[in-house]
Amino acid sequence: MRKLEESGLTKDEIIKAYRHILLGRRLDERLWQLTRIGKTSFNISGQGHEVGQVAMAMAFQPEKDYFLPYYRDMTACMVWGMTAKDIMLGSLGKEDDPSSHGRQMPNHYGSKEHNIVSHSSTVSTQFPLATGVAYGAQLKNEDYVTLTATGEGSANQGEVQEAMNFAGVKKLPLIFVIENNGYAISVGTDEQYANETMAERGPAYGFPGKRVNGNDFVETYLAFKEVVDNARKGGGPALIELMVSRLTSHSADDDHSVYRTKEDIENLKKNDGLLFFEKQLIDEGYLTRDEMTDIDAELKKAINQATDEAEEMPEPTADTILDQIYAEK
Amino acid sequence: MAMMTYLEAIRKGIEEEMARDEKVVIFGEDVGGVKGGVFGVTKGLAEQFGDDRCFNTPLTEGQIGGLAVGLGLVGFRAIGEFQFADYILPAVNQLISEASRMRYRTKGDWIAPIVYRAPYGGGVRGGLYHSQTTDKVLFGQPGLRIVTPSSPHDAKGLIKAAIRSDDPVLFYEHKRLYRLLKEDVSDEDYVVPLDKANVVREGDDITVIGYGMVLNHALKAAETLSKEGFEAEVVDVRSLYPLDKETLVKAAKKTGKVLLVTEDNLEGSIMSEISAIIAEEALFDLDAPIKRLAGPDSPSMPYSIALEREFLVDEEKVTNAMRELAEF
Repeated sequence: MRKLEESGLTKDEIIKAYRHILLGRRLDERLWQLTRIGKTSFNISGQGHEVGQVAMAMAFQPEKDYFLPYYRDMTACMVWGMTAKDIMLGSLGKEDDPSSHGRQMPNHYGSKEHNIVSHSSTVSTQFPLATGVAYGAQLKNEDYVTLTATGEGSANQGEVQEAMNFAGVKKLPLIFVIENNGYAISVGTDEQYANETMAERGPAYGFPGKRVNGNDFVETYLAFKEVVDNARKGGGPALIELMVSRLTSHSADDDHSVYRTKEDIENLKKNDGLLFFEKQLIDEGYLTRDEMTDIDAELKKAINQATDEAEEMPEPTADTILDQIYAEK
Repeated sequence: MAMMTYLEAIRKGIEEEMARDEKVVIFGEDVGGVKGGVFGVTKGLAEQFGDDRCFNTPLTEGQIGGLAVGLGLVGFRAIGEFQFADYILPAVNQLISEASRMRYRTKGDWIAPIVYRAPYGGGVRGGLYHSQTTDKVLFGQPGLRIVTPSSPHDAKGLIKAAIRSDDPVLFYEHKRLYRLLKEDVSDEDYVVPLDKANVVREGDDITVIGYGMVLNHALKAAETLSKEGFEAEVVDVRSLYPLDKETLVKAAKKTGKVLLVTEDNLEGSIMSEISAIIAEEALFDLDAPIKRLAGPDSPSMPYSIALEREFLVDEEKVTNAMRELAEF
């Protein structure tokens, strides 16, 4: 693990990163609980991705950069500006859900206010869209950078190759990330792709590709910072393969003990990026264990409040089913 | 006024909109550069508006579909060309999962104002993959509009309306009509509505509903039948989806005898839906069963001249079907 001070981030920024990581973990745990007791119908988890996602997102400028996420990107979306309540409104299917106003299943993130583009469930359709958003920066002569993400299974869709090819041709200010957690539901990487890494696909389309350890905050942050800064200056796209773990089943409708051994699941928990990051924070003098306990308590309280507030919000009314299919005349 | 082909009218409409609004961009396979499209619709636009606004894409239709959506998200009005309507098929996921649902799934927070242009239709010796009418594949996808002009006047006004619309619009261009039709087209800045069918000929004896090449056949057939004493009401569907039910039902009720003509297959075409609408809304005004005239249920039209002719609805087939219905 690289030392946190090598990131060039201030102590406040590092602690802020920790709060994002822990919020992502605790909020996801709450969503599982709500799913188990039937208050939401579904959850799909980013547990094990949080450290990498926060390091990734902090390399961008969310006030102007665009993000086209996929369904495991809840933590990254919160760095981009969404709140725990925003997420909760989506999972509960409420009218004020900024992602879809109760139209889409949970975990389909979007927010016009925060430049986070809504996505479909047919995986990776956001990749060609991201090229359009990025080409817009060139046409408008603006310096925003676009980020789009998907998983290592979904990265095999044809639209991913089409989008990366186009991005290479036009040298778009666009960063592709493949969050590789080793499993596409139950299918391992040996049945998903033949090359050693997914990162190799970058050079195949004429731009850099790099595999980074998503449990190493500094390695991830610096890798993204380099390609984001380069893209902002007109240096073109890049692909980052973010190596992460999927600590949970694929979704609330899946049971990973069917296809993962007990030993594998135990090992995953020991290699949880959150634990590494907390150890770093203590060892390198950023936070004490007591301070972390306080932050944890504070976040849990905030999540309780967000849950209560979201639950009290109204559902969409039945008479809105035909709203916003077409533009108003 | 200027004499213009159907193709020239489409180009004129695009040119006027690109000049009016710098957010309009156009792209596709062979669309940019000096070639300007395999049919020449975009010829000269790259030179006039620059290579940033009129450009070639790699040979990837899904990417064309999604690029247009992404540009729409950040305020552009993208025109994506599919070189042939047959080649929309690799992009169907983008058209249905993204373009047609962006507005609905965000309740209007994000929108995708797009025009997808696609030359369609048979009679050009195009075989199975350069002849199809693929509108039925995208028909019935709320959020997406499908339109097609059947005259040079409509071609210019309809493409301009499509570009200005905040909805994704699939704009079909009949490739046989590109150079076949020529008429005086106004120089004025006019638009043709995206949601209205058009009664192109009035008559009291039978109602013929169609679009594209077969509509042209129907208009000629109507003149033949007029000499025989039958007057046909001819309706151009024009707005293929959503359909202009009001105009279609009114025209059906007017004569009580309805012939639906398409160069698509008989089963599962847009005419099947129009038939259902007329059956629901106008049954007791009908004096004859609703009649469909279409291609056979073979997979598109074959290449050989004999087989292509067998597939296509031509003027003679339309005339016979109209006469039969008039005499019913």
